[in-house]
Amino acid sequence: MSLNLESIDRVIGGETHIADMNLTLEPGSFNVLLGRTLSGKTTLMRLMAGLDTPTRGRVLMNGQDVTGRSVRHRNVSMVYQQFINYPSLTVYENIASPLKLAKAGRAEIDRRVRSIAEMLHIEHLLDRQPLELSGGQQQRTAMGRALVKDADVVLFDEPLVNLDYKLREEFREELRAVFSERNCIAVYATTEPAEALALGGNTAVLHQGRLLQYGPTAEVYHRPNDIRAAEMFSEPPINIVKGTLSGSEISFDNTLHFPAGNELGTLEPGEYRFGIRASHISLAPRAKGDIEIHMTVDLAEISGSETFLHVHNEHFYMTVHLEGVHEFRVDAPVKLYFPAHKIYAFDHEGAVIHIPTHLRGV
Amino acid sequence: MNKVYNNRAWWLILPMLLLVAFSAVIPLMTVVNYSVQDVFDAHTRFFTGTEWFKEMLNDPALQAAVLRQFAFSLTILAIEVPLGIGIALIMPKKGWQASAALILVTMPLLIPWNVVGSIWQIFTRGDIGLMGWSLRELGYGYNITANPVDAWATIILMDVWHWTSLIALLCYSGLRSIPDAYYQAARIDRASKWAVFRYIQLPKLTNVLVIGVLLRFMHSFMIYAEPFVLTGGGPGNSTTFLSQSLTTMAIGQQDLGPSAAFSLIYFLIILLVTWVFYTAIMNMQKDNNKGA
Repeated sequence: MSLNLESIDRVIGGETHIADMNLTLEPGSFNVLLGRTLSGKTTLMRLMAGLDTPTRGRVLMNGQDVTGRSVRHRNVSMVYQQFINYPSLTVYENIASPLKLAKAGRAEIDRRVRSIAEMLHIEHLLDRQPLELSGGQQQRTAMGRALVKDADVVLFDEPLVNLDYKLREEFREELRAVFSERNCIAVYATTEPAEALALGGNTAVLHQGRLLQYGPTAEVYHRPNDIRAAEMFSEPPINIVKGTLSGSEISFDNTLHFPAGNELGTLEPGEYRFGIRASHISLAPRAKGDIEIHMTVDLAEISGSETFLHVHNEHFYMTVHLEGVHEFRVDAPVKLYFPAHKIYAFDHEGAVIHIPTHLRGV
Repeated sequence: MNKVYNNRAWWLILPMLLLVAFSAVIPLMTVVNYSVQDVFDAHTRFFTGTEWFKEMLNDPALQAAVLRQFAFSLTILAIEVPLGIGIALIMPKKGWQASAALILVTMPLLIPWNVVGSIWQIFTRGDIGLMGWSLRELGYGYNITANPVDAWATIILMDVWHWTSLIALLCYSGLRSIPDAYYQAARIDRASKWAVFRYIQLPKLTNVLVIGVLLRFMHSFMIYAEPFVLTGGGPGNSTTFLSQSLTTMAIGQQDLGPSAAFSLIYFLIILLVTWVFYTAIMNMQKDNNKGA
């Protein structure tokens, strides 16, 4: 079962929510839709499900045009950010509900409900009602409902947002395991680059209703097509600094000059926008030849056991991703280091010109 | 954290205590006071104990009024609850239509009780009333002053017209609070409209319905102005409900002792039924939650 979206537009009240979307999802693939809020992830999923019809373009399932076919006549299932279950039914009845509606036999229903429940580790909760369960258990029930009926397309709309950190990690692993044994198309929407990387599979990067890039997750991460795709697929976003390449020297806004190295040195001389990943910048040189840069601290944002350090000089801003908890005084000067051979280069329109060789990944 | 114990805080509830005393406890105690005495005038009174209560409980006219009252309350609940849910389900969900429907549905609730009675009194008149005249022209000898069935039907119709909106509005708000994702999920499951109602909407409406039914029960059990204006309790005593009997006794006949005893019985009936109903519903929900 493959799913093709051909030049899809979705316009609601004069506002374009999805523009010129072309996407082919292969049978048995796990696909992540990555994008910020309002990037069109949910809209796209609704189109894939058949809950909405596109304003223009075609949706094909296995080569067959299903554009106007309503969700009732497609074999899809969906898991939402909220925990959606029938409140008055037990977990067992909830998971059984799609099968009952499909008029499956009782023995068949029982077998499948129990095997799904076991897979999701809720077999001991089958007699309970959803509202008596914890959030994670409720979401497992909802997933059970989605997975029990062997849908062609299973859609997850940010299903883990309302769960705590530990549970999310657990869920992600299980989810991948579940889908590795199935031949359906899984689509998973998330706002978090880290989640996309953890899930693997393929990633489609969305921005303002447009598809920026689609491909195997690691490849999209390592080899962004352009600045926006790189920014969307990194947290904190990749640092972009305007600079000039002249011969063998790069200068950032005419203030910082450093040798371009053998890779960047081969590019045409001219104006570029250089990209440095926040995690490639450090407080101490990691290798000989790391470039030293003097900045001023704006803010140190501590997130878990990591620190996002926001700094500036008179020309540009940067964000640094540091391991561990670091404290900084605001306006304190700070010396930072980054390796020249890990710099991306983009042209003035944002298209990627150079990807560091050893970051090219797969 | 250190908790500060300061018993002067009790003074803060004093205003509330005084308010409740003046608005509820003192008037109620006055009634209790009357109910155990036979009062002749400002200086002559006898203690009667439970005599008035016994008399009231054995009074056939009052027993009939109690039965009538229950019949009335149960009938209007049986009509208004399903009808209110139905209206809430078909009310438009957005746009100007939703506002228009809300205003239209709210309208009857804004009309004072005795005005409702007057409206229906005119409405049902055989000579100039739209309904009364039409029914007669159609060949049905409609007459609320002579035919108890007509009188009952009209009072029930009037109450349904006046109060179904309350149930409808409560349900409407309950329905609006169901996230759209539930309906989507149901569509994806290919659930029928009935299944959506039975397994999504109705469970989500239980809480508002409990409130709605309780309000409507208490309200209708105390109904006074509307039937009083419309039928005056007639024909005969066929539409004389409890509060009208009480008023006649207390104001018309100045039987303060019996009517005080009767008031207390009346109050206890409402309290008891409400409590039984509430407890029953809550237990039902608990049982459901146990997955029985």
